[in-house]
Amino acid sequence: MPSVHVIGSGVSGLACAYYLQKVGCDVTLSTASSGCDENCCSWWAGGMLAPFCEQESAEPLIGTLGKESMAFWRQLASVTKLDYCANGSLVVAPARDQALKRSFERLTRNHQRLDHAQLIALEPDLDHFQQGLFYPDEAHIQPRLATKVLWHELGRMNVILNTEHYLDEASLVNARNEYDWQIDCRGLAAQSELDDLRGVKGEMLHIYSDEVRLSRPVRLLHPRYPLYIVPRPEQQFMVGATMIEANTSRNATVRSVLELLSAAYVVHPAFAEAEIVEIGVDIRPAFNDNLPKIRRYGNQLYVNGLYRHGYLAAPALARRVSDIITNDYFCTEVVDANYP
Amino acid sequence: MSLTLYGTEFQSRLLLGTAQYPSPKILQESILASACDIITVSVRRESSREKAGQHFWRLLQETQTHILPNTAGCRTAKEAITTAQMARELFSTDWIKLEVIGNDDNLQPNIFALVEAAQELIAQGFKVFPYTTDDIIVGERLLGVGCEVLMPWGSPIGSGRGLQNPFALETMRAYFPDTPLIVDAGIGLPSHAAAAMQLGFDAVLLNTAIAKSGNPVNMSKAFALAIEAGRMSFLSDPIEQRDMAAPSTPVAGTPFWLETP
Repeated sequence: MPSVHVIGSGVSGLACAYYLQKVGCDVTLSTASSGCDENCCSWWAGGMLAPFCEQESAEPLIGTLGKESMAFWRQLASVTKLDYCANGSLVVAPARDQALKRSFERLTRNHQRLDHAQLIALEPDLDHFQQGLFYPDEAHIQPRLATKVLWHELGRMNVILNTEHYLDEASLVNARNEYDWQIDCRGLAAQSELDDLRGVKGEMLHIYSDEVRLSRPVRLLHPRYPLYIVPRPEQQFMVGATMIEANTSRNATVRSVLELLSAAYVVHPAFAEAEIVEIGVDIRPAFNDNLPKIRRYGNQLYVNGLYRHGYLAAPALARRVSDIITNDYFCTEVVDANYP
Repeated sequence: MSLTLYGTEFQSRLLLGTAQYPSPKILQESILASACDIITVSVRRESSREKAGQHFWRLLQETQTHILPNTAGCRTAKEAITTAQMARELFSTDWIKLEVIGNDDNLQPNIFALVEAAQELIAQGFKVFPYTTDDIIVGERLLGVGCEVLMPWGSPIGSGRGLQNPFALETMRAYFPDTPLIVDAGIGLPSHAAAAMQLGFDAVLLNTAIAKSGNPVNMSKAFALAIEAGRMSFLSDPIEQRDMAAPSTPVAGTPFWLETP
């Protein structure tokens, strides 16, 4: 079986290494980080597995990849300590934004319209919303736990893990000759080689409240971004995420944090007393069509442009990568062989 | 049929906002499909400050359209002026679509701060496109400080309600016969855009109605067609409405064998 060098320890690098090792390749993973840490944008993700809600603005491909990836996470959870939470997800809108809810309902599938009684039967704390949309087939995971579990599995399967191993341009080229295949999953760090890759800034928060109980992600419709709250263990909640066309990040802006916090406050007034645990900022890598791609130059593959769909797309892309390497697979949906 | 704004001639009478599209690619395709000549870009809200949004802006520049930066999201004259200066540097243009928002609930322009900011920006050499209400006194003040274009709302931004006060818009058209007037904000359907053009407005600016539709590329084409139809209608002197039917074929001369029994 071929030797494969995977670069990057975000969710796509980890998923590629996992699939390739599983099919018998001899995998080495190199990362400039210590694993999937705060330097990877996967660290800051929501972990919503919402292929149906995403269809409001994403192309059908995201739905296809998403459903496949969900099966992967479910399977991984059944054999590890990953928690795959299959409680579905909810969409609500403030009374004055009901028009947004109607169009969201029209643009998505696999949902049920809930009246007030049905809504509070699912989420008693959402008492102040008169209606909502329920997506029973959606799920969520804890992204940091998911990447930790994958990292652990890679070690267990004897993948060679080179941490804090920064590769400059020359060593990237050299490494290419040392292995049969090289899979570049560096996200935005690969921008110098993928000139059509751009950054989309995202800001998120973790808050703590012992007054609010939620069992599933709640998406609050907003005229500009999909804002959502994802329950985390120990009464923490992830609130995300903005989308701003920007290639660099320093800090979150006051406007963004205000918008995120007011979304939380609208979802439940008790969040006014919540503690702000963490404010996160990072840059999502995206191509012009906001769709992920596997780009191939001989035996060098790039897996990139996962945009806001890292956990939803990475396992499905990793499977295609392993098919390219072991079965010479080609599919135009995500693989552009002869770019440009 | 061309449109002249601050001395530059344009073929298309559609100005397209660039926010909220599903992807930059769909935005580019929508710009192409509509054949619009001018696009507006938010410096403050959609992209971040500095040069961080460069990649996105480069994509916009690739469309070969004229870029009209805007000050969307600004709440004070000072903030709008700073944003305009930043935009001038980023896009190398002295054009600015001036928005000073007075109220987050209906995103209504703060006309007092608008006039103040317009005056200062014009003194600094900007060509100002003010987003205003349909109030003609405010329009006069804006022209008085040196604006050469007025952009009244049809209804609140993003509401998609069309022309809420056609009478006021009609009055505005009659009052400022020689000033380019562009309906900006509130358009939801191509028929709304056509209605604005039928009133004699020079152009229509819109964003949400295309970006958030199910098929932005087709919708932008639909708007372009509606705007052209509305303009041609305005130039073709439409007939007056009547209370009674008026047969298009003269009845008196109809041969008896063609008359219905």
